[in-house]
Amino acid sequence: MLEVTGIAKNFGAIKAVKGISFKVDKGEVLGFLGPNGAGKTTTMRMITGFLPPTSGTAVVCGHDVTQDPVEAKRQIGYLPENAPAYHSMTVTAFLCFAAEMRGYHGSERDGRVDAAIEKCRLQTVRYQTIGTLSKGYRQRVCFAQAILHDPPILIMDEPTDGLDPNQKHLVRTMINEMASQKAIIVSTHILEEVDAVCTRAIIISNGLIVANGTPAALKARSSTGRLDDVFRMLTIGREEAA
Amino acid sequence: MTAMCGKSIAIFKREFKSYFESPVAYVFLVAFLLLTGFFTFAVSHLYERNVADMQAFFIWTPWVFLLLVPAATMGLWAEERRSGTIELLLTMPVTMLDAILGKFFAAWAFISLAIVLTFPTALTVAYLGKPDVGVILCQYAGTILMAGAYVSIGMLTSSMTRSQVIGFILSLVICLLMVLCGWEPVTDLFVRWAPATVVEFVASLSFMPHFVSISRGVVDIRDIAYYISVIVFMAFVTHIVIENRKSA
Repeated sequence: MLEVTGIAKNFGAIKAVKGISFKVDKGEVLGFLGPNGAGKTTTMRMITGFLPPTSGTAVVCGHDVTQDPVEAKRQIGYLPENAPAYHSMTVTAFLCFAAEMRGYHGSERDGRVDAAIEKCRLQTVRYQTIGTLSKGYRQRVCFAQAILHDPPILIMDEPTDGLDPNQKHLVRTMINEMASQKAIIVSTHILEEVDAVCTRAIIISNGLIVANGTPAALKARSSTGRLDDVFRMLTIGREEAA
Repeated sequence: MTAMCGKSIAIFKREFKSYFESPVAYVFLVAFLLLTGFFTFAVSHLYERNVADMQAFFIWTPWVFLLLVPAATMGLWAEERRSGTIELLLTMPVTMLDAILGKFFAAWAFISLAIVLTFPTALTVAYLGKPDVGVILCQYAGTILMAGAYVSIGMLTSSMTRSQVIGFILSLVICLLMVLCGWEPVTDLFVRWAPATVVEFVASLSFMPHFVSISRGVVDIRDIAYYISVIVFMAFVTHIVIENRKSA
């Protein structure tokens, strides 16, 4: 459903992403791991059509993101890093805007908004302005706009970053609820998350993939059998070498 | 095609409403009406002129726009950049053009609302004398068109930065240049070293010669073409700027 081939991005002389290829199929939850600055966010921004790749491309449900960006973006639900949203709007107004941008109007729009509000447990704050909400709620508001159009592909950039344990649990539950019908990419640097939600994980470091496999297969690469040790083994050496 | 328009309209609605979600709209409208009222009645002496027209109001609009239009446009893109919502906006299934058009028309509609709210001045003139209604309508239409050029410049400078203050100042300076570039002290700077055609070209960019006929109530096709070209050019440059500096 999502195929990334040799995607790369240079910012001037800095090579942020140096050619990454992978595939995600329906029913998979791909964990996108890597230290800060490894190129996770840049890769996601290229797949979602926000940044143009320097080379390579991503094909989303048959639509090339560099050739047919509008159609490709239609297939994707995206939760950007830090869950940005228009702070002066109410939750309902914001989601109505997102629905209209996805081409829903009238009662269909209202139905979609209500369903997303229910799925993300936002009923109690639906008429509050987003700026007054806590971080956990804001994250869920942005999550709601990402799933409102029931996209086949869901991309989330650090969805549980900065949340308390209860909220983390809730976000993971929501991801698990949708996992069977979608292809999902979740970036994180919290390794416990991989065990909680992911069916497969990719570790990237310095803009390159250094490991790609099921959480169990990755753990087996270290004598201790712990994901932390695999992560450190694969990423630290590279950072120092670079 | 209709789908494209639908998205521009969604952006237009959100952007236009956002003025009224904070005190910005009300502060702006009151300041605009107070300023234009002050200039029209206290400086140009609308009553004492004893002429039933609105010249006394319209001659001030280029100067009031200079200060206030940049204030209304400075957030258009700078705020999206600062808060990160630009990433949300541009990963929705829209083209850059949809987003630019939606935002431009929202800001233009807001300024137009401010201009239209000066109608009590027109009513006053109509009550006191027998003004030429056609002339007043032409003056309003021309002024709104000119405001569009200011808005397009404000949108461009807002797209260049994540700081609204920088957007405001750049826009003020460029608009001031557009107002003054036909004025002698400015053309003199060019006369000494540039060939006459360059001097003429710079002078011809000015808002003012096109505004003079508008303020008399004459809307010439050349003036319309001029303001529309400015708007299209600025929107085009905005497109290039955002395309190249999305994540900056």
